[in-house]
Amino acid sequence: MRQPNILFDGLPLPFADGQTIMEAATAAGIFIPHLCHHPDFKPQGSCKLCTVKANGRHVSACTMPAKDGMEVENNSPDLNDKRRTMLQMLFVEGNHFCPSCEKSGNCMLQALAYELEMLTPHFPHFYPDRPVDASHPQVLLDFNRCILCELCVRASRDVDDKNVFALSGRGIRKHLIVNAESGRLADTSFSLGDKAAHVCPVGVIIEKGRGFALPIGRRRYDIQPIGMELERAARCRGSGEAI
Amino acid sequence: MEDRGFALESASESSGPLRRVAIDPVSRVEGHGKVTLLLDEHDQVQQARLHIVEFRGFEKFIQGRPYWEVPVMVQRLCGICPVSHHLAAAKALDHVVGADRLTPTAEKLRRLMHYGQILQSHALHFFHLSSPDLLFGFASEAGRRNIVGIVAAYPEIARQGVLLRKFGQEVIRLTAGKRVHGTGAIPGGVNRALSHQERDGLLADIYQIIAWSRQAVQLIKRLHQADPALYDEFGSCRSNMVSLVGGGGVLDFYDGRLRARDADGRIMVDGVHARNYPELLREEVKPWSYMKFPFLADLGPQDGWYKVGPLARLQNCDSIPTPLAEAERCELIEHGQGMVIHAPLAYHWARMIEMLHAAETLRDLLHDDDLSGSELVTSGARQREGVGVIEAPRGTLIHHYRVGEDDLVTMCNLIVSTTHNNQAMNEAIRRVARRYLNGRQLDEGLLNHIEVAIRCFDPCLSCATHALGKMPLQLELIAATGQPLERLAART
Repeated sequence: MRQPNILFDGLPLPFADGQTIMEAATAAGIFIPHLCHHPDFKPQGSCKLCTVKANGRHVSACTMPAKDGMEVENNSPDLNDKRRTMLQMLFVEGNHFCPSCEKSGNCMLQALAYELEMLTPHFPHFYPDRPVDASHPQVLLDFNRCILCELCVRASRDVDDKNVFALSGRGIRKHLIVNAESGRLADTSFSLGDKAAHVCPVGVIIEKGRGFALPIGRRRYDIQPIGMELERAARCRGSGEAI
Repeated sequence: MEDRGFALESASESSGPLRRVAIDPVSRVEGHGKVTLLLDEHDQVQQARLHIVEFRGFEKFIQGRPYWEVPVMVQRLCGICPVSHHLAAAKALDHVVGADRLTPTAEKLRRLMHYGQILQSHALHFFHLSSPDLLFGFASEAGRRNIVGIVAAYPEIARQGVLLRKFGQEVIRLTAGKRVHGTGAIPGGVNRALSHQERDGLLADIYQIIAWSRQAVQLIKRLHQADPALYDEFGSCRSNMVSLVGGGGVLDFYDGRLRARDADGRIMVDGVHARNYPELLREEVKPWSYMKFPFLADLGPQDGWYKVGPLARLQNCDSIPTPLAEAERCELIEHGQGMVIHAPLAYHWARMIEMLHAAETLRDLLHDDDLSGSELVTSGARQREGVGVIEAPRGTLIHHYRVGEDDLVTMCNLIVSTTHNNQAMNEAIRRVARRYLNGRQLDEGLLNHIEVAIRCFDPCLSCATHALGKMPLQLELIAATGQPLERLAART
């Protein structure tokens, strides 16, 4: 029986039944820019970075099931331009000071900005006033960098079974909160061993005291630009090399 | 009274209309500043002030940030000497993490980074910023009086200047990860060691660097000796001197105790531990500049101002622990014939001796296997407060932090090198203004004399204006006659 395919940027891409466009592309070693998607969690399609055109319609690749014969446009100047604009909006909504951020070099937001050649923030900065929560002995929360991906919310709820984090408010006032009467992380059962402590794609959930212990040159995206890990793994699978 | 300074700081004693001349911006310095002169109807200078016109805010916005972020954040004060801020902050926070003594590998790597920084900064200042004045003349053709002019007229000198700086930058890159604004020093140590391959790469060039540094000392000495009347007198103002001094009284840029000498070279204070700097120094705020005016607490603002930086350091220490630089220091001291040298142009001579010392020290460090060690970080009992003092290229740099139990910074005080020299720079321009500008028709060449005096101190005006929240802002409207018409004061 013929394996179903989608036409991905003009090339046939096989997929297994039930896979989303993101899963099919990832399995083939193709990187689709994303922030809120994580293979361990149910997709929610909120960041919109993975927006592709499927049969002419804008859809989130992480939530859209692949269908046989579907034509998908991913790496096009038009889509990358829109992704860059969304990144710029994320940068100005928060306080993202890469020069002094310890997540620099390991941050997906920064890595995507490089990947999509974002040269300026373009929009006026909001400069929101978001105090950090340093109450927990092991972990610091720097809300200035939150992009509302909800990965910590999902990890704490679905894996850790603690429900430490949630989003509160609506629209432009939506923000990350800690589920405690005091609002402080120290007053929850959160611990450094939680899954939620290790899924933040930016620099909100920070292990205290580590800072800049990892030197420049050995950080995740110093070694390989974002997406390259995926593509390299696919090449290795094809040639039988060790990954 | 003359030697105590402050003449021409205010024109309040003058009578009659005054004309205002501004040098804005001051060029070939780091940061933004301006000089204003008020002249009377006979073109006599009645007031001369160096104003710092940029406004930063590091002391304030570092509050509420986690302490481990500070060495990386606060170095953004400066693009020329970020290593100095990076290391001063790390030294202060070493105490916070209880690392009162670093591992040999960590301390030597930090020293390597710092002496690389001294080398590149001194080369930048002498060759790129000041050599056009010294080689072409203060009032030479303005269009040629720059580094491009130097490249055209003195290509070998320019080449050596560029390559000296490049070497220092490479040392910084290998120890901090980047040539500018790296992350090498962390509270309690460093985050990387030097590989043997990296060390061998630097060793291959270091002897050439020492040779060029020696030539640079000879060059500035020749210039000094060719016109001693100019070099020994231009802008000269007597003052106290302050610097760190290492064990045994040797010159040490990385660590030591604070020492102060008076204008005649007598030691007034010695062996002051970094954490006790508040007992030694005070700061005064003046309404016409964003840069504060520090002074020795025991002497007060009138008599307690002082110089820092190369000329102060070489006359404050007892010796330099590397032979070539020590021989040159002795020659500099002999030039003073038993008197302390206060001439600003001698800063260049002292600066090049320091560059030679930095090159010699780098050579010695590069032969030390500890640089490739694996023990990079140490820690101990947590403290709530730390002070880090270092000799930056421009002089003594003080970082002071308090950290709460939640690891967030609650207080930050920075006293940077250029700030220490604030009064000395103002005094130097007043002397130059009186000597060269009084009664003359002002032109670009004459006004450049003022800038030459400022450049001697290699000021970094960006570094010096980091404060926020203490400065009484004031806006003055001055009529063409020089009379103040209106004054607006900010409510703080």
